[in-house]
Amino acid sequence: MKTIITSCTIFSLILATQLMAMTPVKIGMVTTLSTKAGYLGEDMRDGFKLAIAQENGKLGGVDVELLVEDSGRKPEKAMQIAQRFMQKDDVKIMTGIIFSNVAMAVVPKVVRDGAIYLSPNAGPSKLAGKGCDKNYFSVSYQNDNIDEVVGKYVADAGHKNVYLIAPNYPAGKDHLAGFKRYYTGEIAAEVYTKLGQADYAAEIAAIRAKKPEALFFFLPGGMGVNFLKQFSQAGLGDSIALYGPAFSFDERILKAVGPAALGVKNGSQWTHDLDNEANKQFVAAYQKTYDRTPTLYAAQGYDTARLIASALKAVNGNLETLDNFRAALARANFDSVRGNFSFGNNQHPIQDLYIREVIKTPSGDYTNRTLLKVFSNHVDAYAQECEM
Amino acid sequence: MLLFIEQLLNGFQLGITLFLMSAGLTLIFGIMQVINLAHGSFYMIGAYVGATVVGATGSFLLGAVAALGAAATVGMVVEFLVLRHLYDRDHLSQVLATFGLILFFNELTRMIWGRQPLFMDVPAAISGSVELLPGLVYPIYRLVIIGVGVFVAILLWLLFSRTRTGMQIRAGASDRQMIGALGVNINLLYTLVFGLGTLLAGLAGVMAGPILSVESGMGESILILTFVVIVIGGIGSIRGAVVGALLVGIVDTMGRAFLPGILRLFLSGSHADSGGAALASMAIYILMAAVLIWRPRGLFPAHS
Repeated sequence: MKTIITSCTIFSLILATQLMAMTPVKIGMVTTLSTKAGYLGEDMRDGFKLAIAQENGKLGGVDVELLVEDSGRKPEKAMQIAQRFMQKDDVKIMTGIIFSNVAMAVVPKVVRDGAIYLSPNAGPSKLAGKGCDKNYFSVSYQNDNIDEVVGKYVADAGHKNVYLIAPNYPAGKDHLAGFKRYYTGEIAAEVYTKLGQADYAAEIAAIRAKKPEALFFFLPGGMGVNFLKQFSQAGLGDSIALYGPAFSFDERILKAVGPAALGVKNGSQWTHDLDNEANKQFVAAYQKTYDRTPTLYAAQGYDTARLIASALKAVNGNLETLDNFRAALARANFDSVRGNFSFGNNQHPIQDLYIREVIKTPSGDYTNRTLLKVFSNHVDAYAQECEM
Repeated sequence: MLLFIEQLLNGFQLGITLFLMSAGLTLIFGIMQVINLAHGSFYMIGAYVGATVVGATGSFLLGAVAALGAAATVGMVVEFLVLRHLYDRDHLSQVLATFGLILFFNELTRMIWGRQPLFMDVPAAISGSVELLPGLVYPIYRLVIIGVGVFVAILLWLLFSRTRTGMQIRAGASDRQMIGALGVNINLLYTLVFGLGTLLAGLAGVMAGPILSVESGMGESILILTFVVIVIGGIGSIRGAVVGALLVGIVDTMGRAFLPGILRLFLSGSHADSGGAALASMAIYILMAAVLIWRPRGLFPAHS
């Protein structure tokens, strides 16, 4: 009798461990798929999914289940989804948020509750400095990086008089601050516009009157499309050099802007023409699967998935204690499509940053090409504030 | 001084676009007593259809015709299928239904055209700039918008004051029951008015296409301004829409252009910049509040 019970117990234990090994690791993706900014989340998700598809449903040899939910760009809705992922689905790994304001509402709570969050896009300064956390990794950048590289380039190019324009909200001020950190010349004017503004005629007339040498703008999404078109229609494109962060120059926005963006230089940590094996393979596979050029967001989604894969492989899919998994993530032992990639003390990327230029392809589409590497192994400005 | 004139023109041009939107909205509200939150959706439909047809054929004129046709047709279908059942309900039901329509149309455009914004260029014949005064260079396309807007305003005035249909519409605005009793087919009249309103929104949309990003949800940002216009102008009044739209366009543009500079006279640089930006985005609402204190029913109330 005793042996029967023992063998039953042993058998069920074996079965249980078998089952555990069979259950896929759940990854919760809270992202923005609706609203006009929905394509950002769509590209990020598609990049992420491509990495899973390339391993036939696995990441790092471990079965994964990707749960995707749309936050509609609303912080409170994103928060609800994140909580449901953690409580109902027992998700330990989360990713997906595109916008900094949504990230600020969700990430601190998620990491405090013990889940690991990997940012595929938003990199607000607060989470890089004092608010850094052992459970939080930014796989994309720290927001300011993309402006710092342009500021440095504009200063190196010898522009002495630059006009700055951004929407009047916290991220707008952050991005201009990022530009000014490395730009040394004079600032012709610093103009803040209404968030979501459609018509820039008044601002453009003021720019014309000021006659700056160059103009740096941070106007994400439709605002940037509007501004670029109107700027070019006003005939200022020839006399004033335009600069911006990569956000207004992804391949899907360029389709909507058309020739008005031609020749504009912008800062980024990635371009589809970067010369490394991981990137060539990724760009070809993405184009084949989705029939469009991958954007920045797609590359970031793909890298996030590949990073998770490297860590899952290191711990063999065992997430019982997250410590090993976390340590494996921090090693960043994967081939990033960006080439150089490692994590700093605040678990934000130390990476190269580039200036790109908008060009027209022979087929008539608009895209970017890498012009110059401005920073090598660049560390963000907030890393020293992080006590971890 | 040149900058001031240029900004005045910019304000005028913004006002004209707002007029095309608010004329339709105020007509629909004034005559049918329907609050149509989905008016911005017809603006979006105009822009999307216009951009698609221009992209396929290369002809801006064809695009504009298709956009107007699509906006008017969809408008009349919506009136027939949805709004007709809501005339006897209170405004809250109408607000709910038309808000639902906004969500419906935004999602529909995403399903048909995808999530990325569309491209639409200024037609080659009217691209570029022209020197109006020595040193004052202005994009031709924006001048064309002003021209079209003024032309439409005159047409509307002729329609209302010189034609039988216009008379019926005006009569419908002041006494709905009576005009029905006099044997005018009020259902048909309502459908036509709604179609005319959405046609104007479609015109505003297709003309905004080359300047703005053609994207799902583009109607909402202009819709808010449009409501400000008709509240200032007096709900239901075309004359109010003209004056309100020009006021809002000019106050908004002038505020954005000159408030930060004025504030810099007595504030430090960065405070003036962000304070000016904040104040400029409030300017039209301050204007609206001031008008409402002075004339609670707007500048030209239709049902006084």
